Amino acid sequence: MNGKLVLSSSPHIRTIESVRSVMVDVLVALFPVALVAVLLFGHQALVNMAIGVVTAMAVEAIWLRKLDLFGDGSAAVTGLLLAMTLPASAPWWLVVVGAAAAIIIGKQVFGGTGNNIFNPALVGRAILLASWGARLAGPVWPVPKPFNFGVDISAVTTATPLAGQAEALKVTLGQMFVGNVAGALGETSALALLIGGFWLLYKGHIDWRIPGGYIATVFIMGAVFGGGAYLNPLTTGLFHVLAGGVMLGAFFMATDMVTSPVTPAGKLVFGVGCGLFTMLVRLFGAYPEGVTFGILIMNALTPIIDNLTIPRKFGEVKKSA
Amino acid sequence: MKSMASLVFRGGVHPEYRKELTASLAVVSMPAPAQVVIPLQQHIGAPCEPLVQVGDQVKLGQKIGDSKGFVSAPVHASVSGKVAAIGPYNHPLGRPVQSITIESDGLDTWDQSIKPAGELHELSRDEIRKLVREAGIVGMGGATFPAHVKLAPPPEKPIDTVIINGAECEPYLTADHRLMLEKPGEIIYGLKIMMKALGASRGIIGIENNKPDALRVMRQAVESEPEISVAALHTKYPQGAEKMLIQVTTRRKVPSGGLPMDVGVVNHNVGSAVAMTRALREGKPLIERVVSVTGEGVVRPANLAIRVGTLVSGVLEFCGGLRGNTRKLIIGGPMMGLAQTTADLPVIKGTSGILALTDEDVDLAESSDCIKCAKCVGSCPVYLVPTFIAQAAEHKLFERAEKLHAADCIECGCCTYVCPARIPLTQWIRIAKFEVLERRKQK
Ligand code: SF4
Ligand code: SF4
Repeated sequence: MNGKLVLSSSPHIRTIESVRSVMVDVLVALFPVALVAVLLFGHQALVNMAIGVVTAMAVEAIWLRKLDLFGDGSAAVTGLLLAMTLPASAPWWLVVVGAAAAIIIGKQVFGGTGNNIFNPALVGRAILLASWGARLAGPVWPVPKPFNFGVDISAVTTATPLAGQAEALKVTLGQMFVGNVAGALGETSALALLIGGFWLLYKGHIDWRIPGGYIATVFIMGAVFGGGAYLNPLTTGLFHVLAGGVMLGAFFMATDMVTSPVTPAGKLVFGVGCGLFTMLVRLFGAYPEGVTFGILIMNALTPIIDNLTIPRKFGEVKKSA
Repeated sequence: MKSMASLVFRGGVHPEYRKELTASLAVVSMPAPAQVVIPLQQHIGAPCEPLVQVGDQVKLGQKIGDSKGFVSAPVHASVSGKVAAIGPYNHPLGRPVQSITIESDGLDTWDQSIKPAGELHELSRDEIRKLVREAGIVGMGGATFPAHVKLAPPPEKPIDTVIINGAECEPYLTADHRLMLEKPGEIIYGLKIMMKALGASRGIIGIENNKPDALRVMRQAVESEPEISVAALHTKYPQGAEKMLIQVTTRRKVPSGGLPMDVGVVNHNVGSAVAMTRALREGKPLIERVVSVTGEGVVRPANLAIRVGTLVSGVLEFCGGLRGNTRKLIIGGPMMGLAQTTADLPVIKGTSGILALTDEDVDLAESSDCIKCAKCVGSCPVYLVPTFIAQAAEHKLFERAEKLHAADCIECGCCTYVCPARIPLTQWIRIAKFEVLERRKQK
């Protein structure tokens, strides 16, 4: 038996979790979001999300010259998230370009999974914004047609509640919570995002501090500086939480493990920072939406945040004791 | 008292416990082998010098090795017979250690020095400490720190609480569990010995709540002992680690770099308590211990009372041998034990388990790059950031490792256990810790 006894240092048992299983869990968490997207925006949503996933996986497999298409699963997550930030009416090539840019420029040039600084899906989206911004701004967002699989969704478009005057659009907060508003595929339904987000919290893959800090900051800044866009400060705050990409960003983008801090305090700082920058863009910036840039800015600050928030060790002697 | 039990330490992990393999099996005495190998170092501290020569006749329980060092523990013959060899022999630590080989005469003739020391109330603190030292008792959970040293704290560190560690948080192991079920009286007597030696007024026996039978038996046993309580602890690894155990049972935090005695606490393992009782009541030194021989690789898992110095190969044979798919042989538990390449090495005082893991349990997956999931951070019971320390160690940035408190790592293995990227974090951090401590010594 001596020949085959393995020698290695303790511990000798490992969790069954792997990078792949974690990514599969993220995909599962995105399932309700994808489902609602299809229910609201029909077949175009399904096609765009499929294109995003397949493109991302294929581009990564080619880049890494490997046959295992799914790999560690992170490319599929990136591709799906990228598609979810685009409108259902986005042409197929836009999704392809975005997903490819997300994988190559967002991740692989940095050294692959684990080494990228910025959230790859958001890098992809930022590149699309910079290059084909017109397709993502203004009244280009299809109005959802719930339970109407197969109709051409691009026929009737409008601006998102954020870009237009919410009240003028007669969008209720309830509608926004369910997701029955114009917007990107994955961002409209707070309900579906909450279901997925809570599942990730339960599985221990994300920390409440990031979405918690993010959403709380958006709410408070919306209530204080939102300027009566809605009935009263509280509903205005709520409007800012439910509108646009905050919920998707808070639960699925800002929580991207690779590009957010690892320390508990750092996660809170990061979440608050994301909320702060998102709202600065929304309230005072040139774009109606600030989620993408808010998170990307905080991604860049992540190493610094981590270094400044190394936890106090167990039993560190306090000055007063 | 109940409220104590609800306190939980931060971090930790929930591995599969797999204790059912041996939990219900009563301790069986393994017959003394024909030959024992007694390493002269079975403890942390100064190694012993042999007191016998090749060819000498020795009696059962005779002291055959001792040291003048304070932090040390003598070793004793665990069979009667003839000294066959003195020289280096394989050791669980992974390198050969000076050892005394004794061929048994099969008679088990006790040495004439073996006699009861008297009742506890007749003995002074110093007498107790001396008895514990002479009996060669060490921490039997695996740390193997000489027990008498922990019974003699400096006068400026008064001790009010003694904790008996019955957590047995390592998966698979059930030796302490069985001792609590089968020898509650000896454990409590051992605790009283410690309390007397330390002048402590309070004794606590901490047991993880996955052992309800042990909790019941021990609670019953302390019913008439007002100074002793039994604490039900959450089942979470590493609940039995000194700092965690003390935190949840007393709400005191051992300072970083400090010792339990800094917060008025001394803790000992269940096995050490039993050994002390035997040393006083029967005069017997530590020549036998309970070992869980377990894991899916063992044909007939068992809890065995084994003479110190028995070769692991012999123990495995006694248990029906190893299955063909055995991939790892470990001395100790799966979280902190030491993997071996051979079974030709002796059971020593700190051997709590002999564990054979099979292909199914051993994950040989290659590591990939850190995805910064922070699971290691959340699992660390002493609040370190394992991924950063491991990175620093990999790049030999030991000053950074020191700033990240590498020296505080208790090597529990939680971070490595949880890492989805399969990074051997604990291994890297151990290297960092070693370097940091070396550098501190030089300063
Ligand atoms: S658990 Fe592993 S992958 Fe996750 S942060 Fe720690 S080292 Fe990185
Ligand atoms: S860093 Fe050390 S103490 Fe922390 S989990 Fe890893 S092995 Fe345990």
